[in-house]
Amino acid sequence: MVAESTPERGSPSRSPISALMSRNPSATVAPIEDKSGDNVPAVRFHGVTMAYGAAAPILRDVSFNLEQGSLHFLTGASGSGKTTILKLIYMAEKPTGGRVEVFGRDVTVLPRQDRPALRRRIGVVFQDFRLLEHLSAFDNTALAPRINGRRAADYRSDVAELLAWVGLGSRMDARPDALSDGEKQRLAIARAVVNRPELLVADEPTGNVDNAIAQRILRLLSELNRLGTTVLIATHDEDLVSRSGIPVLHLSDGTLTRFDRGRRGGR
Amino acid sequence: MSFDATSWSPRSLLPREDGTQGALLFVIAVLAFLACLSAIGAIASERAAEGWRDQLIGSATVLVRASGLESADAAAARAAETLAGVKGVAEARALDKAKGDALVARFIGPDPLPADLPVPRLVAVEFSSKHPATSADLRGALEADGLDATVEDHSLWTAQIMRTGALARWAAIGLFLLIAGAAGALVAFATRQGLDARRDLVEILHYSGADDDFIAQMFQARFARMAALAGAAGGLAAALAGAGLHIFGRGQSVAAIVPVSWTDLIAVLPCPLVAAAIAAVTARLTARAVLMNAP
Repeated sequence: MVAESTPERGSPSRSPISALMSRNPSATVAPIEDKSGDNVPAVRFHGVTMAYGAAAPILRDVSFNLEQGSLHFLTGASGSGKTTILKLIYMAEKPTGGRVEVFGRDVTVLPRQDRPALRRRIGVVFQDFRLLEHLSAFDNTALAPRINGRRAADYRSDVAELLAWVGLGSRMDARPDALSDGEKQRLAIARAVVNRPELLVADEPTGNVDNAIAQRILRLLSELNRLGTTVLIATHDEDLVSRSGIPVLHLSDGTLTRFDRGRRGGR
Repeated sequence: MSFDATSWSPRSLLPREDGTQGALLFVIAVLAFLACLSAIGAIASERAAEGWRDQLIGSATVLVRASGLESADAAAARAAETLAGVKGVAEARALDKAKGDALVARFIGPDPLPADLPVPRLVAVEFSSKHPATSADLRGALEADGLDATVEDHSLWTAQIMRTGALARWAAIGLFLLIAGAAGALVAFATRQGLDARRDLVEILHYSGADDDFIAQMFQARFARMAALAGAAGGLAAALAGAGLHIFGRGQSVAAIVPVSWTDLIAVLPCPLVAAAIAAVTARLTARAVLMNAP
């Protein structure tokens, strides 16, 4: 079990992720600094329509705001557009209509050279994991800090502790093809959260794990949220959604049919 | 053996080379070999041309004809004496008739010339290396002594040799540019293939916040390393070929015309660096151009 730390705004920071998952209840960690101003939503969809080629639109006039520090489930049947919404957020796709803003930046017109900096504020857990097969679990997890230009000595221990926490402490040098689906899932999550992103989008992060691991993953995501990370979790696991009490965005046939006002974690 | 996170250090994000990159390495090595051979050839021919030119501009040939009662042999002897006294002339000597006939024989055949044919005699003049005399100096001295003579200062041959030397140099430069272009095209093709084959990796890097430079740099480093290795192998092979030509090819065919010296083999030294530079620049530019279309 994981001891839940109590975040305090402005409290001294340990290494970001190790404090987050510390088993020491007295451990503290600084919340994420708001870089965009208090009133800017982490994500804003305004009349977004999305169609792939000549096919019927998968999203129709979708509008919502995710406040910074909020935590939401994104639910809907398979093919309802959940993954597309996440893709629009991490700029893998451009909407065919409407506007998508991330931390106040309209990503539909954002110059290419400005995307990397914005993406570094976003952690992504892919449904199909998308782990780098030729790299070890440790190397996969260390990807984001490397891209951020951090020195190895500054994040080695974070990566090791995070992997230990997600239950891969003894598999750090294992390649993804030697891991089970559940282990891959946990590795994908570790990779997405290692840099403590300001916004985390997770596509079915509990889809390949048993109930106990699913609860543990959800607890990790909640912890991140309490520290200020805006979290959006796409899932079709209705049990998990109903048990958690986390607010929901529900998609049906490409339209937003339910939007619970989000609770705010760290703010 | 358990994993020690404290000693972990980042490794290349690109997978190890596969078989196709081995083939690429071989082809670049062959191109480097050809480029080095052309460089060695250019340096050797340039040096040979310089040597021939130095020999030609250091000497002149004077054709002396009989005049009045003086025989051609006597006129040649007098001309040699006159020319030896000109400032800037180190040596002037009249060639005997047999030598003159031998020179003419290659144009008119071995049969002896008629005795009454007024064949001019030759006087070979060697100039001093410092402040050599000019053709005008020689002509003036010969006229002053009333000799019927023509000075051939080899300028026609010198110009032709220098033209040939320049042609060899430009041919080598052209060949080098052609080979560099081929190597660049090859690396560009391989970079595109590599980016295409590693699309998943590129996407993950982009979504994790890597900019195009970060990704292009990975391919740049990979291909620069490979080209440096191929350049070293190709350069070494060319050096061995040049050494073989120097040792075993003396006096034979090409080696006789373009004699390779040990110092010419220095041309292969920059080969790994040049190959790496070409590959690095090409890979980076290609990767950046391809990545411009990524999301």
